[in-house]
Amino acid sequence: MKFDDYIYDLSSPGRTGVDLPEPDVPPTPIPEEFLREDLPLPELSLPQVTRHYLRLSQKNYAVDKGFYPLGSCTMKYNPKVNEWAVRLPGFANIHPLQHPHTVQGAMGLMYELQEMIGEIAGFDAVSLQPAAGAHGELTGVLIMRAAQLARGETQRHKVLVPDSAHGTNPASTSMAGFTAVEIPSDKDGNVHIEALKAALDDEVIGIMITNPNTLGLFESNIVEVCELVHEAGGLVYGDGANLNAIVGIVRPGDLGIDVMHFNLHKTFSTPHGGGGPGSGPVGVTAELAPFLPGPIVALNEAEDAYIWHYPEKSIGRIKSFYGNFGVMVRAYAYIKMHGAEGLRRVSETAVLNANYLQARLLQMGDYPVPYGHRFCKHETVAQGKIAGAEDVRTLDIAKRLIDYDFHPPTIYFPLIVHEALMIEPTETEDKETIDAFLDALDKIADEARENPDLLHEAPHHAPVRRLDEVRAARHPILIRLPSAKAASER
Amino acid sequence: MRYIPLTDDDRRAMLETIGVESVDDLFQDVPAAFRYPELQLPKPMTEMEIMRELDMIAAENANLREFASFLGAGAYNHFVPAIVDTIISRGEFYTAYTPYQPEISQGTLQAAFEYQSMVAALTGMEVVNASHYDGATAVAEAAIMAVNIQRHKRRTIVVSPTLHPQYREVLRTYVQGMDMKIIGDETHDNDFHALIDLADDDTALVIVQNPDFLGQLHTPQEMQDLADAVHAKGALLAVSTDPIALGLFKPPGQYGADIVTAEGQSLGNSLSFGGPYLGIFAFRMKHVRKSSGRLVGETVDAEGKRGYVLTLSTREQHIRREKATSNICSNQALNALAAAVYLAAMGKHGLRKVAELSWHKAHYAAQEIDKLADYQVIQDKPFFKEFVVQCPRPVAEINQYLLEEYGIIGGYDLSQDYPHLGHAMLLCVTEMNTREEIDDLVTALSEAARPPILLNLEAAS
Repeated sequence: MKFDDYIYDLSSPGRTGVDLPEPDVPPTPIPEEFLREDLPLPELSLPQVTRHYLRLSQKNYAVDKGFYPLGSCTMKYNPKVNEWAVRLPGFANIHPLQHPHTVQGAMGLMYELQEMIGEIAGFDAVSLQPAAGAHGELTGVLIMRAAQLARGETQRHKVLVPDSAHGTNPASTSMAGFTAVEIPSDKDGNVHIEALKAALDDEVIGIMITNPNTLGLFESNIVEVCELVHEAGGLVYGDGANLNAIVGIVRPGDLGIDVMHFNLHKTFSTPHGGGGPGSGPVGVTAELAPFLPGPIVALNEAEDAYIWHYPEKSIGRIKSFYGNFGVMVRAYAYIKMHGAEGLRRVSETAVLNANYLQARLLQMGDYPVPYGHRFCKHETVAQGKIAGAEDVRTLDIAKRLIDYDFHPPTIYFPLIVHEALMIEPTETEDKETIDAFLDALDKIADEARENPDLLHEAPHHAPVRRLDEVRAARHPILIRLPSAKAASER
Repeated sequence: MRYIPLTDDDRRAMLETIGVESVDDLFQDVPAAFRYPELQLPKPMTEMEIMRELDMIAAENANLREFASFLGAGAYNHFVPAIVDTIISRGEFYTAYTPYQPEISQGTLQAAFEYQSMVAALTGMEVVNASHYDGATAVAEAAIMAVNIQRHKRRTIVVSPTLHPQYREVLRTYVQGMDMKIIGDETHDNDFHALIDLADDDTALVIVQNPDFLGQLHTPQEMQDLADAVHAKGALLAVSTDPIALGLFKPPGQYGADIVTAEGQSLGNSLSFGGPYLGIFAFRMKHVRKSSGRLVGETVDAEGKRGYVLTLSTREQHIRREKATSNICSNQALNALAAAVYLAAMGKHGLRKVAELSWHKAHYAAQEIDKLADYQVIQDKPFFKEFVVQCPRPVAEINQYLLEEYGIIGGYDLSQDYPHLGHAMLLCVTEMNTREEIDDLVTALSEAARPPILLNLEAAS
């Protein structure tokens, strides 16, 4: 593929990509002292802009191009009708501060979404305000803190986090002002019950638990975990990142989870956008409902109108306005298209696909599956440890998969699995695709033994070869402007 | 089910490979008492049905393609050229994940690097991250970053009362468990000297907005003096700004800001009822290792060819866990892409013109409204595209008249956030407002001033 120009390299003085009308009002002079001398933006024509970004797009891998089994990310197909929906003027061109009477459609959609995801996961109240999963975690931990403080339990400051958890869990704990305490996993990949018991005391706010966990396993002791934490006066936070495995199968709220975030951009099919926007609504029990961030939408039954409601002991606003509304519209459409039956089918198929993939990996034998003695849920974790190819690492296998036109799985996570390859096929993949992926892994295992350098030097068929990440971090070049030298640390 | 490709034959073959009879066997580790709840959800809909329903829901909202609007207050109706949607609608961009595999993510990565560069040019700063959630959370991240830069020895944040009320609220929500103090906005004294007086040896950061929430512009000299005074006290200065204003005005990077944040929505992103938006976050290179959020850096590949990667990730949660500078994972990548395409298409001439048009139209509107006997434009300082109008009666009543009689969405009612201003309305005028709309607004305001007005009082509450 052609080396692409940097955007400023296409610039020539005098070009513009947008013509704007002349003022239709008498002009008002602008005081000189405010004006900037130079505005170093590029000068491009519209055809140049179009080609530049189109060519950049072609250097991306994406769900619309092929299999993207990135574990814990739920890279499922994004329905196109959702993209149509968010562009309707009645959604795209409404201002968040309009009078509620002029946006009853939007507020009604939000209300119904709050109700539907509460129903799906078994919670009494939902705030749609958080903008992403990690943002929902921060919200949830702050809610737990506020509830504990309201009980007068000021001594509690520790949050238990299993060693298999996403990094966002301990990071969110710290941001909320708490101390993260790691809890090990047992040999079956569950939370180690004895270790949990030992850690529980009156300083514990609660536990953050991902279920299914990042090993792709259902926490079979989940009810006991919740009971133990509750007995110690703690609360249970559910990380909803892996909800795609259990929609219509089990409701986290029924299991004893007190507060949970949803990733609308995972379970409910909204596109990841190359790293956002996501949306991380938080659902809570009735006991915690007064602490939700506001405003949320409530229904005023007397007037049959939707109104903004601030929960009475709210932790406060966590984002401007109401959350990522455009993402909510997509999730709403997705849930409405599926209904209860369709959503259960989604989770069943996601789990079927993952178990088929795991079963075939076990048959192949080239990639150890450390928890292969259990059925997995939406994903399985294998290891890039190919017998007879000891100098080949997971990174090499991942890069070689690119040459076979697959996106690699999540690698080196969870941290408790050495050389991890975390594979999540999702329900929107067909059997042929999963088989082709497994065939590629099979061939790569042979290549690893016969010609390891083929893997060490991979990818060979990508827009660029392996990139020097050490150099990027050691001498960071984070912007490049034509006039000045690139900013560097010294 | 149209999104699930497996056939019954596929399912049978796969179950056989797994060695189970049915899919139910895969869920035996889920507690039986809670398995398979009866979810009370509406019946599934076909694509045809959902399109019809969504069309109807959308039609219940008064949208700005049909209604003239003078509402701003942190979300702005600026022109979005068609090219922006063309690009962000490409599946290669919007159906990709965070670029963890750089070799097959060069599109996302180069676009993000170019976004960082163009926003650095716009703000006059040395580094721009790949985005935060919005203008409010960017302010909160700035406060946390400043405390980290000061190694937690300084823990007070001084905020201006004319920083967006919602940004101040979000800031307080973020840091409620962090043993930090937020002061400065208890009074409505919008004077930098008052802020400077509050800063002491516990102050990590002073945060102001320019143009401020009430639309007013502080001169570059005033801003430089503020920065000097803040720095003399050993604190840092963060400026929350309007990226469109920077098409015309001297940027914060040229008057001493250490951190610049902004709501980037107006750069090519639709209003979309408040989100998804774009948190712009810029700072000085010397603070890069204390910064939050994703950063894209330039490097080379194994053949020496230029390429881009996510870098300095040892600051981030997936490496550093509880010691990370922030918990952020997903950001607003597609909104940043929209901003990049917008900036590239507008370029240096287009953006300046958008800012000029907004200035001229807003000033025309202010002059005409100020001529009305019952209204007065409050103007202590120059303003950009928003200004405060003192009204003869409650803003909610006036806005209702505007909407019902003229189909005009009026300005933001300041009485909740700034009660001392009385019946004050914050009006916003951009390049999207025609002279005809402005003249209609003036006529409508004039009529709305005259009592008695026939009001639907129930709706006005």
